[in-house]
Amino acid sequence: MIARLLAAGLVAGIVAGLAVAALQHVATTPLILAAEVYETAQHVHEGIAEQAGPAFEGLRRTFATSLATIAVSTGYALVLLACMLFAGERIGPRRAALWGSCAFAATGLATSLGLAPQLPGAAETDLAGRQIWWLATAASTGAGLFALLRFDHIAAKAMGVALLVAPHFFWPTPATPESAVPAELAARFAAASLAVQASSWVLAGALAGLIWSLISRDETEAA
Amino acid sequence: MNNAAAIRTLSASRIESLKAAFVALVIGLGLVYGAGFANSETVHDAAHDSRHALSFPCH
Repeated sequence: MIARLLAAGLVAGIVAGLAVAALQHVATTPLILAAEVYETAQHVHEGIAEQAGPAFEGLRRTFATSLATIAVSTGYALVLLACMLFAGERIGPRRAALWGSCAFAATGLATSLGLAPQLPGAAETDLAGRQIWWLATAASTGAGLFALLRFDHIAAKAMGVALLVAPHFFWPTPATPESAVPAELAARFAAASLAVQASSWVLAGALAGLIWSLISRDETEAA
Repeated sequence: MNNAAAIRTLSASRIESLKAAFVALVIGLGLVYGAGFANSETVHDAAHDSRHALSFPCH
């Protein structure tokens, strides 16, 4: 069972990751590269010797980005399969894609209220604080959605709403807006990165559900 | 198969699926954490564009 689960997550993650990496290549990476031109210009202006952006360039950079995206998509697929098993859910492509949409609402939509997706070069506050808020908000929203959608009892629904709302009383303090990157570029990037994240969750979920049901059917027939 | 035996088999398979789910959850969260959050400079540089594109907090 463990092998079957890991295989479904891995295959779904690789296929979804490759598709999302292709989407990133056309939708978000060009905006990141454009932003780095402004970031470098600001560094030159401020007399900072350090070059903007990561150490990798060209094909190596595309390869590293695609690999990271495949790792995240595999993680998403495994987390979705695991949560559906914990919940005693019947796993198939449609249900898993719905779970993926809810996961996107938790890690993408809820977190973007307090922390808009940002381009490199945008003004930012302390990283650890933002990461902790992001993780706590994603977990709380996920649990809240589960309580709201799975249980009929009024107390469970109230608890669900409380879990959805609570993190937003603790939004991280926004940085003073003094970004070198044009606002129009940043706005396009925020929208594009939410679309990329949504595709990643839904694709990982749908494929994981599909592969899981195919493998399980084969096993049942063999037995 | 009598009812008691059916319940025993059911709960045995339920326990097996919970164990598998736990392993998958740990590996899945580990992958997301490693690619999206880990502070190592090399990992950050490799995953940089992906972190931004998937709206993880970065920098």
